[in-house]
Amino acid sequence: MSKRVGLEASHAAAEAARMADVDVIAAYPITPQTHIPERLAEMVADGELNAAYIPVESEHSALSTCLGAAAVGARTFTATAGPGLEYMHNVLYVASSMRLPVVMTVANRALSAPLSIWGDHSDAMGSRDTGWIQVFCQNSQEAFDMTFWAFRVGEDPGVLLPVMVHFDGFHLTHVTEPVILPEQEEVDKFLPQFHYPFTLDPDKPMTLGAFAPPDIYPEAKMAQDVALRKSKDVIIQGFKEFGDIFRRYYHPVEPYKTKGAKTLLLTMGSFSETAKIAIDTKKNKGESIGLINLRLWRPFPFEELRQAAKDAEILVVFDRCISFGGPGGPVSSEIRSALYNEKKKPRVVSFVGGLGGRDMLVKDFEYIIDQGREIAEKGSKELFEIVGIRG
Amino acid sequence: MKEKFIKFGKNLVTAEEFLAEGHSFCTGCGEALALRLACKALGRNVIIANATGCIEVCTSPLPVTSWRVPWIHTLFENVAATASGIEAGLKILMRKGKMPERDIKCVAVAGDGGTSDIGVQALSGAFERNHDFLYLCFDNEAYMNTGIQRSSATPYGASTTTAPAGKLSIGQTTWKKNMPEIAVAHNIPYVATACPSYPFDLMNKVKKGGEVKGPAYVHIFSPCPTGWRHAIDLAIEIGRLAVETGIFPLYEVENGRYKLNVDRSKLRPVGEYLKPQGRFRHLLEGEIETIQEHVNELIASILLTYYNT
Repeated sequence: MSKRVGLEASHAAAEAARMADVDVIAAYPITPQTHIPERLAEMVADGELNAAYIPVESEHSALSTCLGAAAVGARTFTATAGPGLEYMHNVLYVASSMRLPVVMTVANRALSAPLSIWGDHSDAMGSRDTGWIQVFCQNSQEAFDMTFWAFRVGEDPGVLLPVMVHFDGFHLTHVTEPVILPEQEEVDKFLPQFHYPFTLDPDKPMTLGAFAPPDIYPEAKMAQDVALRKSKDVIIQGFKEFGDIFRRYYHPVEPYKTKGAKTLLLTMGSFSETAKIAIDTKKNKGESIGLINLRLWRPFPFEELRQAAKDAEILVVFDRCISFGGPGGPVSSEIRSALYNEKKKPRVVSFVGGLGGRDMLVKDFEYIIDQGREIAEKGSKELFEIVGIRG
Repeated sequence: MKEKFIKFGKNLVTAEEFLAEGHSFCTGCGEALALRLACKALGRNVIIANATGCIEVCTSPLPVTSWRVPWIHTLFENVAATASGIEAGLKILMRKGKMPERDIKCVAVAGDGGTSDIGVQALSGAFERNHDFLYLCFDNEAYMNTGIQRSSATPYGASTTTAPAGKLSIGQTTWKKNMPEIAVAHNIPYVATACPSYPFDLMNKVKKGGEVKGPAYVHIFSPCPTGWRHAIDLAIEIGRLAVETGIFPLYEVENGRYKLNVDRSKLRPVGEYLKPQGRFRHLLEGEIETIQEHVNELIASILLTYYNT
C-alpha cells in the first residue's frame, strides 16, 4: 500500500532517486538545491541506498562524472540550481548529443548579478536549447513523480536522452507538503532496470564522442533533433503508464477549467497553483477564464498547446525570466511562435514576474489577467510588462 | 589466442597494437609514439577517457577510429571527472551484481593544456577523491592542436603564437608549471615522469601506474616537431637531450618516496637541448644561462627532496 507522508519537495526528489535505485550520484552543493544531495548522501551513509555518492568539486564535474558513469551503464542522478546549471552548460549539450540518459533535478534559481539565491526560471531558460527533455513541477508530489518518471522515459531504448526536472527554488524545494509514496513493487513495475546499449566494454570496444567533420556534423544534429521530437510519444506513453499504476495522470499541457473560457492564463511550475486560485476567484465572479499549466517544456508540445488554446480569444503568458533586449519572456515568445501560423488563434499578451524570488500572490495573477485583457483590447507600446516593479 | 611478443634486447613487448595505424598525427610526432607505447603497456582491459586535444583529434574523426580499446571523449576540461564517473560506475555496478567482477583499468588521457590549465580543477578533485584511475598527461608544452598557443606548461623562453618572441619579448616569460609536483602534493600513491625516448622506462611506469590502487599520474614529455620547430627525425633525440640536460628529469614518486637516477656531474649544458629547436632560436647566451641556472636549481631541489624522503 502506498502511504501519505509530509515531505519537503527536495526530500521527495531524493526519495524518488532512492526508489529508482540509482547507481551513481555526483553533485556539488548550491542553494537552494542542497537538501536533495544531502538527503541522498545520508541514505548512502545509512545503507538505505546502495549507490556511489561522489562529492565532486564543481557542477561541471558533477555532470561530467555522470556522463562517465552512464557510459558504463550506471543509472545516474545529479541535482543543481541557477549558477550551477550555467556552470555545467557546456556539458549539458554533450549529455544529450551523446545520448547519455542522466536525470537531473533543477531547483530553479535566479542568475547573478546582483547575486540572488532565490528562485526564478532564468537558469531553465538558459538551458532551453541543450537537447534535454524538460518538465516543470507544481508541488512536492510532482517533484517525486516526475523524478522517477524521468528515469523511465530517458532510459527508454527508443529515447536515450537526459531529463531535467525543474522545480522552483524555495517556493517548492523548501516547502513541506503531503506526498503519496508508492510501494517499491509498484515503482519496480513502472521502472525497468537500465540497460544502456552502448557501454564502454573492453570485450566490445566502442569509440564514443568522436569528432565530426562538416560532412557528418549536420546529419548528427538532425538525428538528435528527430530523437528529441520523437521522444514525445514515449513521454506521453510514460505519463499514461504512470497514471495507470499510480492513479495520477500527467499531460504535456494541462488545461484547468478552460472549457469555453475566452481568456486563458498560461503558467509553469509552482506558481501555477497560486494562479489557479486567481482563476477560481474570477470564475466565481462570472468571468470567462481558465488556465494552462505547461508541464513539458522540451520537446515543446506544439499540438497540445494549439489544441488547448484554439478557442480562446486572449492568452496571457506569465514568465519568470527576461529575454534581455528580446521579445519579453522566453515562454511567451515560444507560445507566439507556436500559434503564429494558426488561422484561429488568441492574442498573446506577455508578463514577466516572480524574478529573483519576488513573490506572486493571487491578487498579482488577478491583476495580470485584467491588465492582459486591457492590453489585448487597446494594445500597448510595450512588448511585455514586468509585474510589481516599484516606481 | 596466444599473445605474440616482440623481443627488444632483454625486453619483451606485446606485438598487439591497441592504437591502429592510419591516425593523423604529424610526421615525427613524439606524442603518438608515447601513446602507442602506453597502450601496449596497458593492454586490453582498459577504458580510456580522452580530453580534447591532439590525441583526440588525430584518432577519432567520424566515421573512423584508431581505438581498439573502449574510448570516450566528452570535453576538453573534464576528463578527470569523466574518468571518475567511469571508475565509480564500474565499481558500484560490480558491487551491486549488475556487472561481473573483473579488473578494468580506467585511464584518463590529456595534453598539457587539458591537464595543467583548463582541466586542473577536475584533476585535483579526482585525485583528492581517491578514484582508482591512471592519468596520463602528454606534455608537448603548448596548445599544439589549436595552433601552438602558450600554456602554463610552455617553458621559459619558448616562442609560441600567443607568446611570440619579438623586439620586446623573449616569448614565454614564466617558468613551466611543475605539474608532477602538483600531483605529488595530492599525496597520491604513484607519480612518475616519462619520455618516449626511453620506451621501456615509459612502458614500465605506465604499467605500474595502471596497477596501483588509487590515483596515479604519469607525466609524459612529448617532443613536437611542428610546434617546437625541430627536424621531423629528431623527436627521440630531443627527448633524450631534455632528460640528459636536466630540463626534464625522469623520476618516480611511490607513496611519497622519490626514486631517481640523476648524476648532477654528468648533466649536459641546456644549450644542447635548446639549439636544435626553432622555438628557442632567438635566445641569446645570457638567456640560455638564465635557463641553465633554473635547471640547476630544479635538479638541486629534486635531489634534496630525494635525499629527504
